Amino acid sequence: MSLLLVVAGIGLLLATALAAALAGRRDWLAIRIGTAGAVAASALGIVAAVAHLLRGGEVAAQAPWRLPLGAVAVGIDPLSAFFLLCVFVVSGLAAVYGAGYLAAYLGTRRVAPAVAFFNLLVAAMTGVVIARDGVLFLVAWEVMTVASFFLVTFEDDRETTRRAGLTYLIASQLSAIALFVLFALLRQHAGSFAFARLLAAGAPAGGLAGGVFVLAVAGFGTKAGFWPLHVWLPDAHPAAPSHISAVMSGVMIKMGIYGLLRTLTFLGTPPLWWGVLLVGVGVVSGVIGVLYALAQHDLKRLLAYHSVENIGIIALGIGVGLLGQSRGDAAVTFLGYAGALLHVLNHGLFKGLLFQGAGSVLHATGVRDLDLLGGLGRRMPTTALTFLVGAVAISGLPPLNGFVSEWLIFVGAFRGGAVLGGGAGVAVLVVVPALALIGGLAVACFVKVFGVVFLGTPRSDAPQRAHESGAAMRWPMVAGAALCVVVGVFPAAALRLVAPAATQLGALPLVPAGVVGALPAITLVAALLVGVAGGLALVRGALLRRAPVRTAATWGCAYPETTPRMQYTAASFAAPVLAPFADVLRGTVHAELPAGYFPQAARFEQHVGDLAGERVLVPTVRRVLRDVGRLRVLQQGRIQLYLAYVLVTLLVLLVWQVGAAGP
Amino acid sequence: MSGVLPVATHLALLLLVPPLLLGVIGKTKAWVAGRRGPPVWQTYADIDKLLRKGAVYGRPTTWVFRSGPVVGLASTVVAGLIVPLGAGAGPLSFSGDVVAFAALLGLGRFFTMAAALDTASSFEGMGASREAAFGALTEPAFFLALAIVCLPAGTATFAAAWAALPWTVWNPAIPVQLIAAVVLGIVLLAENARIPIDDPATHLELTMVHEVMVLDHSGPDLAFIVYGGAVKLFVMAALLVHLLVPVPADGGWWGAVALVAGVLGVAVLVGLVEATSARLRLARVPGFLIGAAGLAAVGVAVLVARGRP
Repeated sequence: MSLLLVVAGIGLLLATALAAALAGRRDWLAIRIGTAGAVAASALGIVAAVAHLLRGGEVAAQAPWRLPLGAVAVGIDPLSAFFLLCVFVVSGLAAVYGAGYLAAYLGTRRVAPAVAFFNLLVAAMTGVVIARDGVLFLVAWEVMTVASFFLVTFEDDRETTRRAGLTYLIASQLSAIALFVLFALLRQHAGSFAFARLLAAGAPAGGLAGGVFVLAVAGFGTKAGFWPLHVWLPDAHPAAPSHISAVMSGVMIKMGIYGLLRTLTFLGTPPLWWGVLLVGVGVVSGVIGVLYALAQHDLKRLLAYHSVENIGIIALGIGVGLLGQSRGDAAVTFLGYAGALLHVLNHGLFKGLLFQGAGSVLHATGVRDLDLLGGLGRRMPTTALTFLVGAVAISGLPPLNGFVSEWLIFVGAFRGGAVLGGGAGVAVLVVVPALALIGGLAVACFVKVFGVVFLGTPRSDAPQRAHESGAAMRWPMVAGAALCVVVGVFPAAALRLVAPAATQLGALPLVPAGVVGALPAITLVAALLVGVAGGLALVRGALLRRAPVRTAATWGCAYPETTPRMQYTAASFAAPVLAPFADVLRGTVHAELPAGYFPQAARFEQHVGDLAGERVLVPTVRRVLRDVGRLRVLQQGRIQLYLAYVLVTLLVLLVWQVGAAGP
Repeated sequence: MSGVLPVATHLALLLLVPPLLLGVIGKTKAWVAGRRGPPVWQTYADIDKLLRKGAVYGRPTTWVFRSGPVVGLASTVVAGLIVPLGAGAGPLSFSGDVVAFAALLGLGRFFTMAAALDTASSFEGMGASREAAFGALTEPAFFLALAIVCLPAGTATFAAAWAALPWTVWNPAIPVQLIAAVVLGIVLLAENARIPIDDPATHLELTMVHEVMVLDHSGPDLAFIVYGGAVKLFVMAALLVHLLVPVPADGGWWGAVALVAGVLGVAVLVGLVEATSARLRLARVPGFLIGAAGLAAVGVAVLVARGRP
């Protein structure tokens, strides 16, 4: 039943995508058809996923026709159902938001393709999650890449957008090569691309399993945005329209996480080094992601780097789960996987919300540079409040959802440090200070973003003309913020949706006793927090009613002529936070500092480039191109020579064939 | 924990004792300097006065500025319900409460910094920025110290961790426990804006960290901030006392008496540190905090290397 609903959803998405594409010049019609289709499909999918997660078990079906090399086999198990839930919740909200966001482009640009490719992207992600055959999986995976490529390059009249799209396409195709090899190796082992056969064939031998695992980390890690494979991500996310950024960052990069987890289910009990590798990947991605985010002054680029950070947190959770599994501790395994999975959902919720908030700011002001914004809280109250919810949630603070998933990973790491012992114990304990540092830096970054964009006074003309967004853009943000609150306040309910998938990943018969009994206490903490804060607010109100209250100029050390330009900017706020990490970031500074008793002009410029991109990837690509260039000797442009190549090749093949046939 | 009496005792300790600590610190500093100093009850009087005063708000401020002190105090008080105060467990004790404790303090910091940025003042922005930098570096040290404390119990829970502390004389775990105490002490000084990280008595905005961040608050808002700061100091001092003094799990009134005595002792120590040392240059603070984290990491490594604690 749930499978039928999901397949119906895919059909609906594909049909509306086609209809939107055929709407011709009537872009408003395309928006309506596409949005209606996406919302309806999301509703079907959410019902199916939740029903399946509460019921558990596994359903599968096979179409009577075949793909070359593989069957059209689909199925839903708890892992699939959980990712379906993430896909449809985030995409449904983004579709509604997109209807409002794209309306601004009507008349200036063709909008229909964006609507059509959006629905195609959602359909492809659904296909990736329910595919039960390697070939079908890769087909859906490639459709997902192509659809998202066309969405990234929506504003293709900009040079930076075209460049970002190209980088994304190249990175995706390079990672796809790793995935082709991965599935080829698995087929070598099991004799089939069908997931059922892969499971039935049992775990491959150590060397093969290790190779497949490394290919999965590299191939799926590129899509997910593991450092240093993330280089496409900070360019592509800001280039796309904001609701597309929300879907790409919120769920599409999680398809990489899904692929990695799905591969792990074929590989049996993990050895120690898998967990160590993922903890390492998580620490580096998390810390470097948040540091680069702090150094950004483009709002959407900053959010894109936070995706790298949060993918790092998810990798830490998976690492804790793998370490627990390698040592056979059910509680650590469950806590790690459950934390990682819940963070997948949570990150989808709050990152979708934050990108939509950034889109509203961009829509209202036309500005993405943080240092030109300010004071938007008064002009855009809904956007400001929902953005604040997202900012507190992504910082991992109670009473919101980000805290719950980080709490699960923390508790798993503490327990792992005590019970795993040896190398696993050390590796799992690295998670504790790393997650603490990531959390502290995320707080710094989101206070910066929220404060510089929404608080204080406008730093330029643009935010002074700002206005609140329309209802189609406001309501998805309100709904996203509400979901962040619900998951944060009722974590026990949220865990019911996560637990089946987490036990499936850890190959656990049931949820280990006693590990999550404390979740109702988090509800109590949230209730007390709200109650005490509410009580204090009432006390404060009562006290101030009896006493004089007035407004005056902000204290400026008795200097009366303060201007908005004197406010702290995003760059100045981040400077002391980043100072201890200067050796990691290696920013470049061009400054003409004021000198003498009567200083004239002064200038300060700081640029923090991506280390992985500028210092590792670009030189490597240059070297490879130079080395490959030597092969040009073969390419002389003379037809006689090419005919000789053909002749030689045929001769070699003939000799080989004759030799193989034997005497 | 059952019964109304232990909860009432906990609440009474948590809500009534904290301002006394600030008085004791001030008295200690005055004593070392050869002055008489304000009475130890001064902070109670200050808070009372501020609560009865009106308030002045900067023109650019919004509801975020007004919510800062409320959320700051509320999150600190809820965090104070988690930690044990002279008894086996706090009223809000649960498995994994250590993580929630640290996160609640983080929530208070988030809103205090956001309120500072709401004033559009460069001074308050500067304070918030420094607070963000030091806060981010304090977190790993804090969590590593907590890891030392929690590893023997095997769970990130205060009550279980305190119960599992080795109190036998000459126990080889004692040096590691002392490392945890030193790091927690440094975290206490950093979180509460004391010397050598920050100087609460400075008069120049450019050199302040915490004080400049709350410069524009007045009246009841400032009372909440002063009181919240005292509660935070008290709660962190209670953590330190439980680590250094064997407070019996079910000691009845003696537990409360031992805790208050210990907490006042911590206040005297803080006063002595403040009276005898100067604050670090701002650029040196990150190194100090990273050093504290490194020290705690050594403690964790020792625990792991010795095998299962």
